[in-house]
Amino acid sequence: MLLKPRVEQKIIQVVLYLFTSIAVLVLIFILVVILKNGLPQLSWKFLTKNPADMGREGGIFSTIVATIFLTFIAILIATPLGVGTAIYLTEYTVEGRLTKIIRFGAECLAGIPSIIFGLFGFILFVNKLKLGWSILSGGLTLAFMVLPTIIRTSEEAIKSVPQAYRLVSFSLGSTRWQAITRVVLPSAVPGIVTGVILSIGRSIGETAAVIFTAGSALRMPTSIFSSSRSMSVHFYILAKEGISMSKAYGTAAVLVIAILIINLITYYLMEKYIKMKS
Amino acid sequence: MTKPERNEPLVKLSLLMIALSAISVLVVITVFIFEQGIPIMFKYGLKNFLLGQDWYPSEKSFGLFPMIIGSLMVTFGALIIGVPLGLASAILLTEFSHRQFSRILKPVIELLAGIPSVVYGFIGLMFLVPFIREKFGGPGLSVLAASIILGIMILPTVISIAIDSIRAVPNSYREGSIALGATKWQTVRMVILPAARSGIVAGVILGMGRAIGETMAVIMVAGNAAEIPSSILQPVRTLTSNIALEMGYAAGEHREALFATGVILFVIIMILNTIANLASTRQKRSKR
Repeated sequence: MLLKPRVEQKIIQVVLYLFTSIAVLVLIFILVVILKNGLPQLSWKFLTKNPADMGREGGIFSTIVATIFLTFIAILIATPLGVGTAIYLTEYTVEGRLTKIIRFGAECLAGIPSIIFGLFGFILFVNKLKLGWSILSGGLTLAFMVLPTIIRTSEEAIKSVPQAYRLVSFSLGSTRWQAITRVVLPSAVPGIVTGVILSIGRSIGETAAVIFTAGSALRMPTSIFSSSRSMSVHFYILAKEGISMSKAYGTAAVLVIAILIINLITYYLMEKYIKMKS
Repeated sequence: MTKPERNEPLVKLSLLMIALSAISVLVVITVFIFEQGIPIMFKYGLKNFLLGQDWYPSEKSFGLFPMIIGSLMVTFGALIIGVPLGLASAILLTEFSHRQFSRILKPVIELLAGIPSVVYGFIGLMFLVPFIREKFGGPGLSVLAASIILGIMILPTVISIAIDSIRAVPNSYREGSIALGATKWQTVRMVILPAARSGIVAGVILGMGRAIGETMAVIMVAGNAAEIPSSILQPVRTLTSNIALEMGYAAGEHREALFATGVILFVIIMILNTIANLASTRQKRSKR
């Protein structure tokens, strides 16, 4: 069957619109369902009460605290490593075999499924290093997981600082390190922050890597060595075991809202950053 | 020399050490997973592991074949659903729609990329599984449900990478083709898609990696029976779910067998990553 090109174009356009609307509508449907069923569950009590009776009653306070601790540890460790790597790759070396290996490593790390990180964290931190199921084990595992994101975004950010900034700094007699800490990094901060925020979002939503490293004990974490259940693990268990669908919706709503806010901030920062550069 | 100047080599050395962290993490992960998983694979024979049909850990029967097939089935299903939808969206947003339209839609899609995988699984469990059970029969928890959920999950990945590689095609290509009298669609089909092919392939492979590595969403909708499904309406267990389901209580050889599952998953992912990597560097190179 041979169609006239103009007719073919019209048909294709309809098909493209149809497919795109399916894709977008499905994604929006997910969001709407979670918010519609979850928002009515939310209340001050839900956010500030600890879960009771396996999560059937009470709120999700302890899981929020655990999530914040886990994310905090992950970012605390991954940020210096990631930014340091980016500085080395962009400022301290020329493209060569070593940079290729480092980039390859980061890219591979980015592709490893979270369950493999979970297995690894379980065997290294929980077993070998005898940290047990703990916030620390979970945080370290997450740190490794988000490391590639921070490297990539920091590298982009540092690369986009105009060369002239460095040259002026050198001409004033600064060393490379002084130029980096006082000139390059300050102007790359928005880009770096973007990467960090993206990583926070990923850490909050992660389940598979956390459940085998931080455990799923339903109690308030007292130190970084106590086993705790994060929000996403709590949500998973509530839904999977069919403990309480209404609490599951509530937890999902908190998760989704937190992540949407984080992504919105990232998006806003990126837009602002792009505008600033041009 | 002043003090900052004297410190400079030290700074460089410490940054180098930090820069090696990513690659060392990769090495350490590989070593640990393989160290735990490889011995048992050879103890019971690689063939039994890869091609054995029976997974009865308590009877020391560790056949991973159903899970390997399961992973491949749901990943393939995810591609069938995710790639046409994703590619169509990318083409529409870059070539056929108003700038304003894509300015709104692209961030929406990117925002949704952040939704945690458990949430996708939960939605699948609440809506898709009952729907399949009522309309098509079977338990609902099935290959079909897992494929659809994974297909939706890889959408943002496929869309954003496809958009980037279509945008990277120089405008002169479009102008040349339009000047020759081609319609927009002819231009897309004959000029732009071939030029953006490597990048799109990289996006599809990355999406594939995401689908094969996804765990929690799949567990919730796949039914997780450790046997080869006879139809797409039957339950299925993937490599990832095999690990996640049993890791909580496994010990001894059972646990080692789960690490062996991890080894197989790891190898598959590495192969996919390498292909994606090659595909995307090829597009970069051909642009120069």
